Formats: sequence, structure tokens, C-alpha cells
Amino acid sequence: MDGAEASPPSQETPPFLELRSLTKRFPGVVANDRVSLSVRAGEVHALLGENGAGKSTLVSMLYGLLQPDEGEILLAGRRVWIRSPKDALSLGIGLVPQHFLLVKKHTVAENVALGLPGVPFLAPTRGLEVQLRQLGERYGLPVDPRAYVWQLSAGEQQRVEILKVLVRDVRLLILDEPTSVLTPQEARGLFQVLRRMKEEGHAVIFITHKLEEVLEVADRVTVLRRGRVVATLPVAGASRARLARLMVGEEVAPPKAERTRPPGEPLLFVEDLWVKSDRGYFAVKDVNFEVRAGEIVGLAGVAGNGQSELIEALTGLRRPSRGWIRLGERDLTGRDARVYFEAGVAHVPEDRTHRGVVPSLSVAENLILKHYRYPPFARGPLLDRRAVRAFAADTVERYRVVAPSVDAPVRLLSGGNIQKLILARELYARPRLLVAAHPTYGLDVGAAAQVHRLLLAERDRGAAVFLVSEDLEEILALSDRILVIFDGKIVAELSPGEASKERLGLLMAGVAA
Amino acid sequence: MVESWWVSTLARGLAFSAPLLLAALGELVAERSGVINLGVEGMMILGALSGFAVADASGNPWLGVMAAAGVGTLAALLHAFFSITLRANTYVSGLALTMVGLGLSGLLGKPFAGRPLAHPLPKLDIPGLSSIPWLGPGLFQGQNALLYLALLAAFLLWYFLYRTRGGITLRSVGENPAAADALGVNVYLVRYLATAFGGAMAGVAGAYLSVAYRPSWTEGMTAGMGWIALAIVIFAAWDPLRAVAAAFLFGAFYHLAYRFQAHLPPEFLKMTPYLFTVLFLVLGALGKSVRLGAPEALGRPYVRGER
Amino acid sequence: MRLVPREQPGPAFVLAVSALAVLLAFAASLVLLALYGASPVEALRVVYQGVLADPRGFAEVLRRAVPLTLAGAGLALAFRAQFWNIGAEGQLLLGAVAASGVALFGPGEGITKLFLMGLAAFVAGGLWAALPAYLKGRLSVNDVITTLMLNYVAIYLVEWLIHGPWKGRSVFGFAYTDRFPASAWLPTWPGTALAWPGVLLAVAFAVFFAWLLFATRLGFEIRVVGENPEAARYAGIRALSTLFWVALLSGGVAGLAGFVEVAGTHHRLLAPLQISLGYGYTAIIVAWLGRNHPLTTLLTGLLIGFVFAAGDVAKVALATPFQLVQVVNGLILFFLIAAEVPIRYRIVWGSDRG
Repeated sequence: MDGAEASPPSQETPPFLELRSLTKRFPGVVANDRVSLSVRAGEVHALLGENGAGKSTLVSMLYGLLQPDEGEILLAGRRVWIRSPKDALSLGIGLVPQHFLLVKKHTVAENVALGLPGVPFLAPTRGLEVQLRQLGERYGLPVDPRAYVWQLSAGEQQRVEILKVLVRDVRLLILDEPTSVLTPQEARGLFQVLRRMKEEGHAVIFITHKLEEVLEVADRVTVLRRGRVVATLPVAGASRARLARLMVGEEVAPPKAERTRPPGEPLLFVEDLWVKSDRGYFAVKDVNFEVRAGEIVGLAGVAGNGQSELIEALTGLRRPSRGWIRLGERDLTGRDARVYFEAGVAHVPEDRTHRGVVPSLSVAENLILKHYRYPPFARGPLLDRRAVRAFAADTVERYRVVAPSVDAPVRLLSGGNIQKLILARELYARPRLLVAAHPTYGLDVGAAAQVHRLLLAERDRGAAVFLVSEDLEEILALSDRILVIFDGKIVAELSPGEASKERLGLLMAGVAA
Repeated sequence: MVESWWVSTLARGLAFSAPLLLAALGELVAERSGVINLGVEGMMILGALSGFAVADASGNPWLGVMAAAGVGTLAALLHAFFSITLRANTYVSGLALTMVGLGLSGLLGKPFAGRPLAHPLPKLDIPGLSSIPWLGPGLFQGQNALLYLALLAAFLLWYFLYRTRGGITLRSVGENPAAADALGVNVYLVRYLATAFGGAMAGVAGAYLSVAYRPSWTEGMTAGMGWIALAIVIFAAWDPLRAVAAAFLFGAFYHLAYRFQAHLPPEFLKMTPYLFTVLFLVLGALGKSVRLGAPEALGRPYVRGER
Repeated sequence: MRLVPREQPGPAFVLAVSALAVLLAFAASLVLLALYGASPVEALRVVYQGVLADPRGFAEVLRRAVPLTLAGAGLALAFRAQFWNIGAEGQLLLGAVAASGVALFGPGEGITKLFLMGLAAFVAGGLWAALPAYLKGRLSVNDVITTLMLNYVAIYLVEWLIHGPWKGRSVFGFAYTDRFPASAWLPTWPGTALAWPGVLLAVAFAVFFAWLLFATRLGFEIRVVGENPEAARYAGIRALSTLFWVALLSGGVAGLAGFVEVAGTHHRLLAPLQISLGYGYTAIIVAWLGRNHPLTTLLTGLLIGFVFAAGDVAKVALATPFQLVQVVNGLILFFLIAAEVPIRYRIVWGSDRG
């Protein structure tokens, strides 16, 4: 082990939390393999690891959502069994989840009051509103207790999640990938809050896959790889390069964006586009841009600033209220997804399992999800099952999709393989425009690299690529031009040379830069 | 006379709407917790039969109402077990409940058919209030006690839903059970209780028919009212006070159609409640509140760790 | 107790568990019968002699199975597309109305007449289902409630016709139409009341629907729309038109069932409860028991047909009311739902370990 425990536990007070050889197995995989670590009061302890390294499983066990198969959890030196979130909360363990667990239709105060001991039956939120304002001031978490959660930005919603935990007097706070929905500036605000908590004597577990954040806010860091602890070390002496090596295990070359030919003519024209959200307000406002053939245009922005609605408009899933969308000479405004597909628009959707595939249908059937209507898979009103199977077998091999068979239901596949399947399907028709939403979100390094290579190959083939991502490094590495969206408007257009994470961050936060 | 026309529309419309409102309020609570119960019709008819049987045997109509509530609760718990614990298809489980309820009540109700109830629920005049112009005579004269109970229940439920701790818990479980679970709320317990309440109310609604409205037992006497109650929940966008309005509107429409029946064959009159229901649902679907009012987790079984 | 999802239950396992569920439902029914005061042993004997050991009994099973299978195969298709058609009863009645209209007032002679009757029944039943499908696809109006409401509308439509405009000239106080001309009668198997062309229709449509579901573009669309509507929209599938075809086919076969009933058994339009003994509702069980596979409804239709025939025999021999059949069917459905649990999950006793 690299950098072991600082001192034997017998000489001081025991650490606030200690995990001893926690193991959790799922069918076919050991998610956590004998994980041991300790967290002290007044410490920010980072848990660093890639997607799939086992961080979420560990958190779920700490918060009572999963039970460990082996090993024990000690709290202030005493063994505890955490069977439910309720147990966790009563032991003083609180979680700020990555995907917020908030009731959107309710107010902030109602969300905090939910399940909170000591709240009166009548007028449950009255006293709480005062308390929330006080806590907000003390920790630097301003939020209006009477606001409805659906009206709040992602950063504000996170504050509600933190307040929910603070109001319950927890002593150990777990934050799961808390910066994934924040701008760099908002993240810095969050780090201030964490430091305040540390000063108040809280223990904090901070889960992330971003090295900079570890260096900036953590006192100690535990690195997880493939379910195992590879090291626990103080942050003070650690370097970025060393943490990266520990996390990944091997050097990964960043994708090479070198192009074989310059971009061609403008292909996608978006003019004066206004799109409404499900709730009826304008989520996309007066957006104008073009994408050239053989060009990757990246769209950077904090989640919830109109990206989803813009993507849906560009792929025929949402009818714009105003404006035009043209592909080459063809006006596609207001047409449905079939017309867009037939015009040459491919779409790698944001929500893989709910939109991109039909989990209960087979790999082969999912591969023809958009092509079943056309030859060679369709012969008149009939499906040519032999052609479908041959195509599926060939595609699975070419794109290295790992699946039990082409007849196996897609729900048995891992996220990375589902994404490969989607890309294989979308690229089969040699699209003129590829709209890719968060294409590497949640994928491991290998799968992400393959996705990046495919996107670059599409660009080199001459397709226009519109890449929407919250991963700024991905945007910076792949894009020929970068657009920034804030509050439904395109607030900047930059070349990769002009852009930096810092500058993008300010723009994404709506601060002119 | 304009006033008597109005009074009778109000009075008869309310009398007709009471069972719909009772059943709708119960289903509304169940659906607010995320559980759809298509067994309302079945629970209602079982309530009607057990209410009549107990009222008949004991001579006390209120005992009948209580028995109906109990039987409705038991039936609803069966649905709760299937749909919440066993995570079976909610629709099919509810349909099964309706089928079994209709069949079983037909089977067991034979001996009670065609017999009037000696002691039905009393009709009440509320002194003082019944002299209020326009509203008084229709609302407070000669109406059945259960109607007032239904109206009272609607207001109490509204207060419960939006102004109490329990209401927050119930609504949260229907909107985002994972959020409630993460804060220590027992999602299953809340859903069981809400579903059971729905059953009790459906049972009482059935008893209103057999112990108060038409104090007798006829096979199939609920005649689709349970389904209409389900439609009212949707049309009311899951709000108890709107449910009062929707149920009354329904009752009043029906009564008006009844008044104009002289020119039409009786079969057309019998058709109207069902046509109204379709019409109501269409009108509701055109508005925004129904779309946004539905609890987000409606009809989805909750499993910890699944999103 | 915990439920752990199974990945892929084998077909033999599914069949065994379903069969066990049906047997348990039968056992529960016998208990119910005993509570009602009839002897279960006697009931078994009566049913064995009257249905299983008697060829005419088997013809009765088939006669009941025809409308159940027709409507059930259509419902299997509808449920696959997540179109919750609870309105097969009304669609069946509409089919009966249309067939009767053609029989009494329409053109054609011999086989042409029968063909026109069937066609009219199919179209009428289909359109009766298409209205709620349209409302669902266009406005997201709850299809369970609308299809069900239209059942009642259909019932009173029939009532009105047989009491009013279509009331027979030669039937005196009775509420039904005149008898159909002989050319509008389906032939029956000699010595039985079984209109055998109905059997052919049921088999043909069950096979056709299975083929449609798995070998055609429309079938693919139906499965995608039903399993993941969001993915269907993403794939450019026009759900409204898929839904329309599903409704037309599903309501259409229910309408055909109505045609078989009036042209094969009653030879006139009569009270709704006499045309259909709740076949439309019971077909839901047929489809569900068949796991929404049109071919399986051939078997499950027979099974439920047997329940109906057995109920008839018991009614005569043991004086049990007809509602017994409804209760038995309801119990089968309940036990089936419970059977989903061992099929979809492994049941693990104890804590979260393992």
C-alpha cells in the first residue's frame, strides 16, 4: 500500500468512521473488494476513482442502501449495522447524492421537513423556514425556503440537499460527485461550505473523479480502482501526476484531434430558435448557429440551461415555437424524428436506457431500431430476420460490443456496451449530422476513448458533429468550435485556442468573460 | 319556477354525486401515494353488499357503513399486497379485484336481492343553514348524512394534504419515493395505508348506495360508478376540492339529462353518465393542470436502489 | 423476505408455475363451492361427466373458447402496445350490432352475406376501439377508463336497438330483433351448437397476430411502442398510427367474436347479457394468462372456455349461480398475478446477504 495510516489507532481517540475490509459482490463482479479506510472528525476525506471503481457501491453501503457481504463498519470505535437510510441518519451519517433526491413539485421547506423528527403535525414548515435561513447564513448556503424546487438551478438544489442533511445534525457528510452539476465557480463556493463544515467539526467524505478538486479541498485522499483501495495518502504531499497514475493505473493518451482535412461547407443552420420546456416556459431563446460538414461544434453549459430542449429540437423530438432548423437546403423545422432521421440526422441521446434503447428487446432488434423500416431489413411490410441477424452479428463484432448473444436482451449489457450499440446503430446510415449528448457520461476510460475515436472518425468522414457535454475536458479536446449556453441563450462562441476551463466556467455561470 | 328548478338540480345532483365523491376521495389518496387501484368498482360493490347485509341483520345502518368500510379495506389490502409487495402489474391486480368483487357480490348477494331495507340511513335537515337562500334548501334539506361526511372529508383531506406533516409525507411518496425513503420514510407503509384508506372510502361509497340512496341490494348496482370515480380523480387533477366540484358537476349534469329525458329513449339517459365521463376526461386532458397534477411515481412500484 | 430478479426464466418454468397457479385457483374454487353448500366431489364428477367425458361437452368448451380466443388474441396485441383495452366487451357488442344490421337489412346472399356481416363486425368493433386509442395517442386520455365507459355505452346502444328501432315485428313483448334469414346463419357441427367457422377464425387470427407481432414492421413497432414509448418516438415510430392499427385489429377481432355469437348461436340481436357472458372482460384473463402471446391464447382460451362450460354443467346439476364462473375466473387471474412473483424473482429468505 502506498502511504499507510498515519498512526496506530490505540494511541489516540478512534477515527470517527472506520471501514474494515468491506466487500460487496454483484452477479459477475466484485464491486468492493476488502475496502478499508478511516475518516476523522474535522477532515475532508476524498474518495478518488474512475467511473466504475466502486465509489457508489461504497457510499450505498455507508448510507444503508446496500448491505456489505463481508467486513464491518465502525463509528467512533463501535461496530454498527446500517440497514437503511434511517439508520444512517440516526447514526449521524448524511448523504448528498449525485442525482438529487428532491420532490420537484414541493417547496424547499417541505423537502426539508419530509421525514424530519420533531416537525409538528400542523403547520410543519413554519418553524423550519427560520431555521433554514439561519443555517443558510451560517454555512453560506442561501436559498429561499418557500421556493419550489423545480424553479431552482442545479446549484441551488444541491444547497437544499446539503441543508436537508445539516438540519438533521449529522456528523459525517458524504457528497457523491457534488461538482458534476456545478460551474467551476459554483464548485469553489461549495468548497468554502465544506471548509466551514470542517471547522465546525464535521467529517466529510468527498467523492470525485476530478484530481484538481482533491488537491483543492481534501485533507486526505483514498484512491479506488476496480473495487480496491490502491492508496490512502495525505493530499499535502501528493502531486497531480501521482494521483492520476494511482487512479487510472496506466497512462492514457488524450484523444488526438488532428484532422485529415479542413471543415467543409456549413450544413446545419439554426436560426432564431425558441423552444419551450415541458413546463411551458422558454428553455431555448433566440439561438443561432451553424455547424459545418467535417466539423465538431461543442456545446458547453451547466445542466438544465436548455441543452436538453435544444437537442430535442435538433432531432425532431420537440417542436420549436419559433425559428428554423435547416440541414443543407432542407427545411426540417417542425418535422418529427423520422423525417430528421431520413434527412441524415443521427442522435446519441442523453438518456441511454430510457430513450436510446428498448432494454427488453434483443441486441439485434435494438440495432435496427431506426433501420427496420428500410431495406435490407424490411421487405415491404415484412422484416427480413436473417438480414437483421447477419447485420447484428457483424456490427457487434466490429464495434466490440460485449453481449451474451445478439438475441440477448439489451438490459443485460453494461452502460459502455449499450453506448457502443447506440453509436453503431446511429452511424450505420452514415449520417450527415451527428448530435451526441453526453456521449461518454458514466463510461470507463476504455469505452470513452473508443467513443471519442468514433466521433473524430465521423468528423473526418465529413459529418457535422454537434457535441453536448458537461465534461469540459472532452469539449476542449474534441471541438473545432465551442458554444456556451446559459439560461437558454448562446452566450459565447470560442475557438479551442481561446477557451480554457476557467473562461468556459465563467461563461457557463452567466458571467461575461 | 326558477328557484325550485335550481334547488332540485342542486339537491339531486349532490345526492347522486355523493358516492362518486366518497370513492374518488379514497382513490385520490391512494393515487397521491403512487398506487393506482382499478378495483374501485369491485370494492364499492362489496361495500354495497356487506353494508346492506349488516344493516339488514343488525337493524343499524351505521353498523352497515362500518362493515362496508372494513370490507373495502380488506379488499384494498389485497391489491396493496399484490401491487406494492409483490410488484405485480397494478392494472391487472386492480382489474382482478373488480372482477372478483362483481362476481363474489353476485354470488353471495342472491338472498338479499329485491328486499327493501327496514332502517336506512336517516336524511337530515340542518336547521338554520337550510334557510340560506339559493344554497340552503338544496344543500341542507333532506340530504343524507353521508353526503355531509363526504363534503367534510374533502375539506379535511385538502387540509391534510397541503397543510400537515402527514400530507407532505404522503405527497412525497407519490412524487419521489426514493427521496422519501432516503429520509427514513417507510414508503411501503405509507402506500399500504393510503390504499387501505381508498378501500374504506370505496366501501362507504358502496354502502351509500345500498343503505341510503336506494336502500336495497341489486346485483351490479354500482353500475360503473367506481370507474367514474377514477375518472373524477383525473379530472380533478388529484385535488380534493376540485373533486367536490367535479363530482357535483357530474351529478348535476346527470340530473339535468334526467329532466330532459321526456324527449329521448330511456337508454340514452342511461348512457349519459358514461358519455359524460369520456367527455370529462377529454376536457381534462386539454387543460394543463391534469398533465402536471399527476403524481410522478403514479403506478410505479418502488424498489430501493432502482431509479 | 427479499425478491431478487431472475435474468431469464425458462419457458418450461413459466409454464409449470402458471399451471400450478391455475390448479390452485381451481382448488380455491372448490373450497368456495363447499362454503356455498355444494359438494366439491360431486362437482368434480359432474364436470368430468358433463364436459370432459362427453364429446358434446367438448363442443361446448370450443363454443365458449371461440369468442374468448378471438378477443383474447386481440387484447394480447393491444396489451403488448400498452394500449389498455378493457373494452373488448363493448367492441364485441358493436360487432354483434353491425353483423345484425347487415343480416337484417343488408344486401348479399349466402357466403357473401356472411362475409359482409363479418367485415362489418370487424370494422365496427375496430372503430369502437380506435376512438379511445386516438384519445390516448393524441391527448393522453386514460384508455382504461374510456374503453370501459364505452362498454356501457355499447350495452345501452344494444338495449335501445332491441327495444326501439330494431325490435322485431313478430316477437310481441320480447326485446329482440327478428330472426336472421337463414343465409345469415353460420353452419354448426352436426349434433352440436358449435359454429365451426368460428373455430377456424379464432385459430387463423391467433396465428396471424403472432406472425404480425414477430415478423412484420408493424409488429416490431407495436413491441417498441409498448416496451419503451420514449424510445419509439426517438426511433421515428409514429405511435398514433401504430396505436390506431392495434386498436383496429384488437377491436376488430372482438367485433368478429360478436359476429360469431349472433350468426352462430342466437341468430338475432338480443339483450347484451345474452349475447356475451362477459367474454370481453374474461378475454383479459385469456390474454394475460397467455402472457400476451397471441398463439398462447389458443390454449388459454380453451382453458377459460372449459371454466364456462363447467359452470353451465354445474348450474344445471348443482343449481350453482352463473356468477360462480366469474369468481373462478377472477381467482385464476389473482393466482396468476401472484405467480408472476416466482417467475420474475427468486425469493430469498433472510437478510440482504448473499
